[in-house]
Amino acid sequence: MEEKLIVSASPHIRTKTSTTTIMLDVIISLMPAAAASVIIFGFRALMIIADTVLAAVLAEYISRKIMKRENTVFDLSAVVTGLLLALNLPVGINPLFAAFGSVVAIVVVKQMFGGIGNNFVNPALTARIILLSSFPSAMTTWAKPFYYNEGAVDAVTCATPLALYANGQITPTKDLLLGTTGGCLGETCAVALIIGGVYLMLRRVISPVIPLTYLSVVALLSLLLGQNVIFELLSGGLLLGAFFMATDYTTSPITTKGKFVFAVGCGILTFLIRTFANLPEGVSFSILIMNILVPLIERATSPRPFGEKEGKL
Amino acid sequence: MSENKPLIHEFTKGILKENPVLCLVLGTCPTLAVTTGVSSALGMGIAATVVLVCSNSVISALRKVIPTKVRIPAYITIIAAFVTIVQMIVKAYAPTLNDALGVYLPLIVVNCIILGRAEMFASKNGIAASALDGLGMGIGFTAALFLMGSIREILGAGSWFGLSIPVISGCPILIFILPPGGFFVFGMLMAIANRLNSKPVKKPEEIGCAACPMHENCVKIANGEECGQL
Repeated sequence: MEEKLIVSASPHIRTKTSTTTIMLDVIISLMPAAAASVIIFGFRALMIIADTVLAAVLAEYISRKIMKRENTVFDLSAVVTGLLLALNLPVGINPLFAAFGSVVAIVVVKQMFGGIGNNFVNPALTARIILLSSFPSAMTTWAKPFYYNEGAVDAVTCATPLALYANGQITPTKDLLLGTTGGCLGETCAVALIIGGVYLMLRRVISPVIPLTYLSVVALLSLLLGQNVIFELLSGGLLLGAFFMATDYTTSPITTKGKFVFAVGCGILTFLIRTFANLPEGVSFSILIMNILVPLIERATSPRPFGEKEGKL
Repeated sequence: MSENKPLIHEFTKGILKENPVLCLVLGTCPTLAVTTGVSSALGMGIAATVVLVCSNSVISALRKVIPTKVRIPAYITIIAAFVTIVQMIVKAYAPTLNDALGVYLPLIVVNCIILGRAEMFASKNGIAASALDGLGMGIGFTAALFLMGSIREILGAGSWFGLSIPVISGCPILIFILPPGGFFVFGMLMAIANRLNSKPVKKPEEIGCAACPMHENCVKIANGEECGQL
């Protein structure tokens, strides 16, 4: 009898979910996009992915070692950062630049602020923006899909759908869905991204509030201002950003109300930058700006404990 | 302040311990603006140092004459006089530096390091101490600017004093000469200066198991004398 009754302190119900399992789910959900990038952009895409992941893991290990903190490589968060960064780079980028991006993401953005859970902006996204402002030409030279079949020595380049759109040319929806357009490794194939996003939502790793609100706000604004809704949703980094970047736990609000405000802000900024600014794409900048606003959103939307009087704090 | 400490202290403190840019965080505007190249950074540092030494000495000499109520305008007038002199000299003998520094050269007048030292130090101390304080602060300012300028020019433009460096000049990391890179280098140098200035922290002693109030129960449960889960 005594064997069967275990007296213990709460909590009594435990879940097997841990940082590692969440990160593993994110990696699994990114696999379709990674596979699509290797099919579309060839073996070099795989090399870039391996390069950034390896650099991120090494940077994490070495920086933790130098700072005499416990080793966090096995929570896989560095792998996710490296993978996300690779999916945000053009295939023709110099592997050294890509590795530099990983080191910036892990050391500067993440570890200097205290490691996982303490970064105030999304590491992969910030690294992408730093690379974009450091090497503007290398970061905006897009290889043509399947260029490796054409037998040319140098990669044949082409413009992204959004850049073409600025010149009045609309890419067919079929190409956007399958990803046979110019662009970053992981942003072109909409189908793969949607599969990954749905997987994350089904596994309850991410709440659907942020991606769905983000996408609907962009769709609504496009509709109101007479843009092509389907095109706006499927082109550029919007799907990648909405499913994988904006939903980062550390840099998005906790409450549902906060998530909603955050996603609406992302959507409005993305649409404004795309339509009215000089840049063809604004997903990374809008998520970064909203990342910085998260503490304010949290303060405004944190629920008040029952019975607490107003003005007490 | 200077009564119990040797004069040399007034000179050395400005270099690292109370470095005006990295520790007191004064004069950040010229620091970020002119450090895109090492030569303009050095020029700015030297110009500010000259003004700082001269204005500190004069303000210290006149500290008993200047009425407290109008001291700030008086200080600014004295500083402005020296800045004008420096600006005329730079214009005459180093016109390229004058072009590189642009508006930041006349703006030394309102540089808060200079006004700050006048208010915090020169108005309370003797001439010799004030001149040394100005020199130390000026050298600290110049050193910080020189370091920042070097890092930003080498990494961001692939050159040093305008001479191109073989490997980096092929693919400079542009962000270093852009404003965000400036803030980044500034933050890193501040962190290093803080590290150098901080005293080693003593690790708190570990609390052993025996000191824990639950120790007795833990032992009983472990020995099976009481039921429960550890």
